[in-house]
Amino acid sequence: MRPAWSVILLTTLIGAGQGLYLALAAADAFGEAPARFFVAGAAVSLVLLAGGLVASFFHLGHPERAWRSAAMWRTSWLSREVIVLPLFMAAVFAWAVAHWLQMKTLWFNVVAVMLAIALFVCTGMIYACLKFLQEWHTPLTPLNYTLLGCASGLTAAAAMAAWLHPPLAPAYAAAALAAGALAYLARLAALARNARLRPKSTPATAIGVKHPRIAQIAQGAMGGSFNTREFFHGRPREVVRAARWAFLALVFPLPALFLVSGFPIPAFLLQFAGLLAERWYFFAEARHPQNLYYQAIA
Amino acid sequence: MAAIPDADKGFGMTQLALVIDLNVCVGCHACVTSCKQWNHSGEAGPLSDANPYGAEPSGTFFNRVQTYEVGEFPKTETVHFPKSCLHCEEPPCVPVCPTGASYKRAEDGIVLVDYDKCIGCKYCSWACPYGARELDEQQKVMKKCTLCVDRIYDGKLPEAERKPACVLACPTSARIFGDIHDPDSQAARAIREQGGYALMPEWGTQPANHYLPRRKTSIKLHPDELQREDNPLKVDGKLPRPAAGEPALDDVTSW
Repeated sequence: MRPAWSVILLTTLIGAGQGLYLALAAADAFGEAPARFFVAGAAVSLVLLAGGLVASFFHLGHPERAWRSAAMWRTSWLSREVIVLPLFMAAVFAWAVAHWLQMKTLWFNVVAVMLAIALFVCTGMIYACLKFLQEWHTPLTPLNYTLLGCASGLTAAAAMAAWLHPPLAPAYAAAALAAGALAYLARLAALARNARLRPKSTPATAIGVKHPRIAQIAQGAMGGSFNTREFFHGRPREVVRAARWAFLALVFPLPALFLVSGFPIPAFLLQFAGLLAERWYFFAEARHPQNLYYQAIA
Repeated sequence: MAAIPDADKGFGMTQLALVIDLNVCVGCHACVTSCKQWNHSGEAGPLSDANPYGAEPSGTFFNRVQTYEVGEFPKTETVHFPKSCLHCEEPPCVPVCPTGASYKRAEDGIVLVDYDKCIGCKYCSWACPYGARELDEQQKVMKKCTLCVDRIYDGKLPEAERKPACVLACPTSARIFGDIHDPDSQAARAIREQGGYALMPEWGTQPANHYLPRRKTSIKLHPDELQREDNPLKVDGKLPRPAAGEPALDDVTSW
């Protein structure tokens, strides 16, 4: 698949926003911090979420019709995500206002946490539900979206705490390390799974001729088509491999070093860069069965 | 006896489809050009092209003819393979659409896109294993074969012309159009009697369009068909064999 920067930014930014909110929610429920820390944290979370939302509009051919995409929530995970994302943003906003007004925040927190988890599931399932994209069709996909989002959010929380409320910083850094390690293991598991995948579709099933040797001569177009643009990343294998090594280094090991040595802000920036590479690789790695019909041009 | 309802026969409602005979297709692209012509000038707006006369021409098509080489030289066979939306009975592209712009018609099974509702998110094209959907780069909406829905029900056309443009254009009649749920239709009969098959059956999409396989015309001769095995006395063999120099029948008689 061709990685779309709009979708890469959407998924990484809202993942970090959700993770950051969950980190704040944990401190709200089980710890203590001044209201201004929570309000500032919610503001940063909302900026991340809004950034993702804005990025997603660049993916659409008709952004002015985006409101229509809430219609098919019964069947479409994309539609569910479109509904849950603004609901979650509203819940985070309400939770921050409740802190600002010194109100009881327990129920605001419960609702927002449930929406954050629902949003992780929706985002992951958009990809995991496509069964013939075998690299994505696994429970590891929503799990990885959730864990990587939580890890980057906790790193962001550690950075915020170091700046605004230092007593919480060590706990957040420890939690970010734990979540990062867990996310790293789950991502490695997905890589190992996908390395052993055998494509179910072959040229023989694609055109229905039972023969082991089928070579395409022509695809019906000389200058490419939507099918050649949308489903091939078009990068040499070295670039894909470099992206994998980059995210394997940046998603956890390097940020962990910075977290341990007490630099959570560079840790977050490095981890976020790693997540961009991870998401790019996630798309580039997926081999769409339609590509069987677009192997040769002449 | 009362008429048996459709459901009891194991058939659902109407499912219009194309049955494409790969044994007959010569890869002339007439279906491609007629499809482009009809659907470019129809009510739904153009099938836009980018750079049509330049070095890298590209455009939106509902139908494309591809060519494959099967086997290894010199034992190869060329297969021309027309590909368009298969109007699946379980279309994976429909449930994923967030707006409901993609839908499957209950009355005839045609999968359509409402161009006024489509937001151009391309998710349906990701969800189609066949690559049957193409985003129109000018209109920014998803497009695909409509089975010429604006043609097949047009009462102003003579009955014989109420067929998809590609079917009418095919010079070898490689494309059969009909209701594959009607066991008496030409399309259903072709699938049943000529080994019609679906593409990528492994995904359970149940494509409505079917393909008829290429067939070799061959004859098998057994030794007993070359020699009269049913002549126990070998009478033929006992007859004197004329010498090479003797006149043959042609030399002694005129027919």
